[in-house]
Amino acid sequence: MALDSKIPQGPIADKWTNYKNHINLVNPANKRLIDVIVVGTGLAGGSAAATLAELGYNVKAFCFQDSPRRAHSIAAQGGINAAKNYQGDGDSTYRLFYDTVKGGDYRSREANVYRLAEVSANIIDQCVAQGVPFAREYGGLLDNRSFGGVLVSRTFYAAGQTGQQLLLGAYSAMNRQIGRGKIKMYNRHEMLDVVIVDGKARGIITRNLITGEIERHSAHAVVLGTGGYGNVFFLSTNAMGSNVTAAWKAHKRGAYFANPCYTQIHPTCIPVSGDHQSKLTLMSESLRNDGRIWVPKHMKDVEAIRAGQLKPTQIAEEDRDYYLERRYPAFGNLVPRDVASRAAKERCDAGYGVNATGEAVYLDFASAIQRYGKEQAHIKGLDENDAALVKKLGQEVVRVKYGNLFQMYEKIVDQNPYETPMMIYPAVHYTMGGIWVDYNLMTTVPGLYAIGEANFSDHGANRLGASALMQGLADGYFVLPYTIGDYLADDIRTGPISTDTKEFEEAEKNVKDRIASLINNNGSHSVDYFHKKLGKIMWNKVGMSRNEKGLKEAIEEISTLRKEFWADVKVPGTADEYNEELAKAGRVADFLELGELFAKDALHRTESCGGHFREESVEEDGPQKGEAKRDDENFTYVAAWEYKGEPKDAVLHKEDLEFKDIELKQRSYK
Amino acid sequence: MNLTLKIWRQKNASDKGKMVDYSVSDISPDMSFLEMLDVLNEQLIEQGEQPVAFDHDCREGICGMCSLYINGEAHGPDRGVTTCQLHMRMFKDGDTITIEPFRATAFPVIKDLVVDRSAFDRVQHAGGFISVNTSGNTIDANAIPVNKHDADDAFAAATCIGCGACVASCKNSSAMLFVGAKVSQFALLPQGQVEATDRVLNMVKQMDEEGFGNCTNTGACEVECPKGISLENIARMNREYLKAAFKG
Amino acid sequence: MSGILNSSIGRKFAMALSAFFLMIFLLQHFAINILSVFSADAFNEASHFMGTFWAVQYLLQPVLIFGVIFHFVMGFVLEIKNNKARQISYAKNNGAANSSWMSRNMIWSGLAILAFIVLHFIDFWIPEINTKYIVGDMSGMHNGEFRYFHELVEKFHSPLRVGAYVVAFVFLALHLLHGFNSAFQSVGANNKYTKGLKTFSKIYAIGIPAGFIFIALFHHLTGH
Repeated sequence: MALDSKIPQGPIADKWTNYKNHINLVNPANKRLIDVIVVGTGLAGGSAAATLAELGYNVKAFCFQDSPRRAHSIAAQGGINAAKNYQGDGDSTYRLFYDTVKGGDYRSREANVYRLAEVSANIIDQCVAQGVPFAREYGGLLDNRSFGGVLVSRTFYAAGQTGQQLLLGAYSAMNRQIGRGKIKMYNRHEMLDVVIVDGKARGIITRNLITGEIERHSAHAVVLGTGGYGNVFFLSTNAMGSNVTAAWKAHKRGAYFANPCYTQIHPTCIPVSGDHQSKLTLMSESLRNDGRIWVPKHMKDVEAIRAGQLKPTQIAEEDRDYYLERRYPAFGNLVPRDVASRAAKERCDAGYGVNATGEAVYLDFASAIQRYGKEQAHIKGLDENDAALVKKLGQEVVRVKYGNLFQMYEKIVDQNPYETPMMIYPAVHYTMGGIWVDYNLMTTVPGLYAIGEANFSDHGANRLGASALMQGLADGYFVLPYTIGDYLADDIRTGPISTDTKEFEEAEKNVKDRIASLINNNGSHSVDYFHKKLGKIMWNKVGMSRNEKGLKEAIEEISTLRKEFWADVKVPGTADEYNEELAKAGRVADFLELGELFAKDALHRTESCGGHFREESVEEDGPQKGEAKRDDENFTYVAAWEYKGEPKDAVLHKEDLEFKDIELKQRSYK
Repeated sequence: MNLTLKIWRQKNASDKGKMVDYSVSDISPDMSFLEMLDVLNEQLIEQGEQPVAFDHDCREGICGMCSLYINGEAHGPDRGVTTCQLHMRMFKDGDTITIEPFRATAFPVIKDLVVDRSAFDRVQHAGGFISVNTSGNTIDANAIPVNKHDADDAFAAATCIGCGACVASCKNSSAMLFVGAKVSQFALLPQGQVEATDRVLNMVKQMDEEGFGNCTNTGACEVECPKGISLENIARMNREYLKAAFKG
Repeated sequence: MSGILNSSIGRKFAMALSAFFLMIFLLQHFAINILSVFSADAFNEASHFMGTFWAVQYLLQPVLIFGVIFHFVMGFVLEIKNNKARQISYAKNNGAANSSWMSRNMIWSGLAILAFIVLHFIDFWIPEINTKYIVGDMSGMHNGEFRYFHELVEKFHSPLRVGAYVVAFVFLALHLLHGFNSAFQSVGANNKYTKGLKTFSKIYAIGIPAGFIFIALFHHLTGH
């Protein structure tokens, strides 16, 4: 099947408006006759469910957590971008569009990104109207901060928990519709299959995680807002429950999976402390507004630090290597995430890592504390040369800005980041890849939609900070509710979809058989045993830097591990009870398939772009020597994979990317 | 570290349940409390026993999914943290740790340490929102300036993660800190004023119907709240409620 | 407005209002009692006025009785409801980690105070009512002089009774140490004055009961 992205004609700035003006609508009376299933209740799923219900559709929403409010969007810290230009620093829809396309290393679809930038301002208006308490200035107007990869301040935030506040906004909009009976909420339910009837997505099979009951749910369309698959690495900043299962089941039912290898490794996470670790914790990118990243210049200092003979604060300014400021003078500590992560890895690989494992760099707030302290002393008319006072005042400012992050760091690492620099290291954070969707956000299965992190569309090969929240809410509030109407307009006479059909029966049987085989396996190793092994393979061979040999090995190893899993996994308990091990087993089984496709995709893309770094593809000389090298001639396309049984048999389909409004060029942050 | 754990085991909602003793060894002080339970569960699975069920998800203290009453306190002995951010360095080698589910009639046990907190959701359905439809033309976000002090207080109230520690810690199983925080967030913002009367009446009504107890101002909720939600929010809700009730 | 007493916040509010009333009453009661230490005459005058003035007798007294009964009944109702809100108690609960003993045991300090009030009614109030409204002697005189001071001193002869008074007032102090501020919080007063109020509440909660204890001990020890 050829991929049709359905991008509307016309100049980029008018595409979305013209398109909206001409698509089919469903009249309010008919909306009452149409059911929509929304799986996942994060920013994308939650906002979509609420908006669809407001429009009048009957929505059934599903989440595996005990409440929609707990979806992992809640953990986003730093902020949300919007082209409001409240700061008057030259921001515009075009500039946000441009920054996002450039930040994505020219591997995203122009039309989608422009639309995203266009609706970004509406998101802020909508959220404020909902009562989202964004940070404000003393004049009562909204405050902004800057994020990596851009030269303007367009990020709106609510201290270090913007994600939570936005999610609670979407959740409150959902609550209103649940109260009205327009959303039927299914908490603690996990989607285990999509049901296709006559070539269209018409329902899902779920497992009630409390009772173990397998249920059939039908609808006229199915929307997946099920997030990313970073947990394929076992250790990531994702929540423990974040998984690829819904997306993978959709893939197996015909939805193409696009660019699985595009993974964001976030530069500022708390380093791994030991084998016991179950997850990694992000320290917001907003910290790079004020924190300076460095390692010691001299090996002897590195050794002394590791041996505990020297404290980082004892190293003189001239003996420190602020490597981001050195390598990228224009953007400094605010280079995009992929660049910052690779630079940290480069220093640590060269032996300059500052903790026992050699995998950590410093994020230092001492200069910011000095700067803010002096500023405050000046404002208050106090002595700017009193070092103790300046430090105290400066720490206060830092506490107001990042207090909760500093506290979190201290709880985990047991060091006080006000006094000594933080230690950070890159960790898996976000997946730009996902289910392929067209301009309508519909997958290759008619009636099956994917929104938010679950789809692939807007971030290309690298996502800029504060853009995930923007995309999730744009899809859910402002894009999907329009585009889905175009499809559902044909369904006004369909009537309720029956679940007593052979398609539902077959899907339910598949789900039950698979659960039975996991439960009855009686193997010898726990689910986590396999998940950790998969994670190690992924991190070592399909992680921050990749090469042909490693990827080929990874494909073999994952395939073998998958066989081992099915032969030897041990799932205690029964299928008809609350059984977390069983739920985990199903998710890891899917990760074991996705992981292989991931590596296959990484192997086929021999260029370096964004978060995907191939050691074979670097600039050999010139001012950009050592930087990642893109291959626009051969790889300016979206790789969409079609399921054909085993991951190794997946068939590649290409959606060529056309750049009419932005010129493709070397992404330089120097 | 070697530890003795006394854990509440309950097969399902209708099972009677009991405390069971376990021991774990080689626990690193750098582990989080939940990672310690992971170790126990791996051990139980290996021995062919049922692992201990407990709620958890983000493991970075923000989703509000994790709970646990540890040594007689919600989220354990540390302050300003959820159980997932409680680290084993708070305990000593040889300690005995008692682990129970959050207990309240409104939070029935589902299994072991997992409880049903959907009562919180239902309180929110009753009025925890501002009735504004999604459209591309709500008024500009900066059209109504909000006093910074109020905005900051609204934010502080909105940091509630809905974990239920307030209910679990309260000797009366009262949910007033949770409801007070939500009422306050909207009461402090101009956008929330329009529906203020109905909101507080409906939310309090639902809260009472869910079977939460009455607040007697012991302040335990504020101390145990991982986000430090202030008792001022309860006072504000009381004001809002009385204002609304007398208005009719 | 209707059904306000059926809501948790309404009950709290009513509890607080009755508490305010009782706290004001307590202050007034103390103010008159302390006179007995300085001047028997002044005490007698004041007692006679309170015991015979129509507004006190027919308006304030019924309100007070209603207030006391309401406060107790509501206290019990709330306690029962609150116990129902957690049917399985914790195997291990460390209440001291997050709240004061006083706040967690209002029902017990309340019961001790109730027991005291019963004693107090038997000692003073029932004989008063009997003399004034059953016997019909509104003069307040006994053997040619006011009887109030005399009756007071007599009651404090017994060390057992004085002991019971002391214990009861210790419980009253404990009750007030939580109750005073709690009442303000319940009516929604939690603001920049709360800190100052807390200090004041300590003075009131300890000072007033200590004053009552002093009065009892004074008469007991001096014998007049």
